[in-house]
Amino acid sequence: MIAVIDYKAGNLTSVRLAFETLGLNAEITSSSRKILSADHVVFPGVGAARSAMRTLEQLELVDTIKQVFHNGIPFMGICVGLQILLERSEEDDGVDTIGLIPGMVKLFSPADPFDKVPQIGWNSVALRYSHPVFNGISDNSNFYFVHSYYPMPSDNSDILGQTEYAGATFSSVIARNNLVATQFHPEKSGRIGLQLLDNFSKWNGN
Amino acid sequence: MLTKRIIPCLDIRDRKVTKGVKFQNNVVLGDPVELAARYYNDGCDELVFYDITASSENRRIDIEMVREVASAVRIPFAVGGGISGLNDMHDVLFAGAEKVSVNSLAVRKPDIIKEGAKAFGSQCIVLGMDPVRVNKTEQCPSGYEITIRGFREHTGIDAVQWAKQAEDLGAGEIVVNSVDADGTRIGYEIELTRLIAENVGIPVVASGGAGNPQHLVDVFTQAHADAAIIAGMIHTGEYTIRQIKQELALAGVPVRQEW
Repeated sequence: MIAVIDYKAGNLTSVRLAFETLGLNAEITSSSRKILSADHVVFPGVGAARSAMRTLEQLELVDTIKQVFHNGIPFMGICVGLQILLERSEEDDGVDTIGLIPGMVKLFSPADPFDKVPQIGWNSVALRYSHPVFNGISDNSNFYFVHSYYPMPSDNSDILGQTEYAGATFSSVIARNNLVATQFHPEKSGRIGLQLLDNFSKWNGN
Repeated sequence: MLTKRIIPCLDIRDRKVTKGVKFQNNVVLGDPVELAARYYNDGCDELVFYDITASSENRRIDIEMVREVASAVRIPFAVGGGISGLNDMHDVLFAGAEKVSVNSLAVRKPDIIKEGAKAFGSQCIVLGMDPVRVNKTEQCPSGYEITIRGFREHTGIDAVQWAKQAEDLGAGEIVVNSVDADGTRIGYEIELTRLIAENVGIPVVASGGAGNPQHLVDVFTQAHADAAIIAGMIHTGEYTIRQIKQELALAGVPVRQEW
């Protein structure tokens, strides 16, 4: 079973529909027990960093997320679900986040006034090495992004994919051990996004 | 590099896709879910549905249709027209739409933008605007005035000032639909689109007037639009999305070509 972590911060409809399209059994849940007994765990991206952290703390899911990672369960973060895995975000005047991955989340500050914030749309992801979750997906494929903040992990070995926007080259895919996290939304990225989710569902975390 | 988005627009009447000129002489083009799936497979980057009401008499939003579209396509889509408040926004977004577009409602009640952004996030709230060219006056210094109710009513509101206000209120994106260009197929209103794009920090979507691929090249390169809405030129079968994207790529405009 794939557990999709529901932290009551927003809309998980498109994540649910993407797994339905693939014919995969995904359960949207806030239950720590269910999350820790799942074969795969998805941590989707909804809301802002501060409110996401607050609800995760209220639901006592911060430790659950750390355990998922440390127990070796294949684990995927999406968008804000990637950002709050880092240590700190510039959002809302600064928020301390979960801290599984060393690094910061920063606000785009474009020099060109026609580089708009948020970044909305399809941008390419350059892979630094091959990874099972990207099986069958060409390097520099386009995925759908919607975000104003971007992740900057401090350890280069955590960076799997990179994307350029508004004068910044940022880590659009982070990977470490059984964790892979995307700044883009695979659930809204058409056939290629579905391929990525399908790959994840077959990945054993190694 | 971020690519420019091509967004087919589907105007819905009584659960059929229609196309008219300046909101008149509508002809029926087909089933919305089938057309959405076709354009998705053809490589459109997003979709937008307008006036998605269950029937002309019963002006409730057709949530079942939103659900069907959400099951049929795996790209973002927006729903506009007929949104009457936060409850409608919630229902549309939780049925699977990525965004809701507010137009006349936001003019009457600007705080709906703020409330929507607070409840669902700015990225979900699109301001749609229908500006018409007017003489520059003290009240309308940009020379473009906002109209509402399908161009029927002038508001006296300046388009640039309204765009800035909507950004401040928390809109995530602005669709600029030129009344003068709508349905003409002689090209987007470049001056208007550029004026809005220069004055806000959020993405701007050009709408109204697309008749051939060169019109999209022009609005991307001259007006700095982030996305462009197309309708008639693909609904008639005259162009495919792939053809349009090929011509854009030849002109040096970044577009998504693999899907």
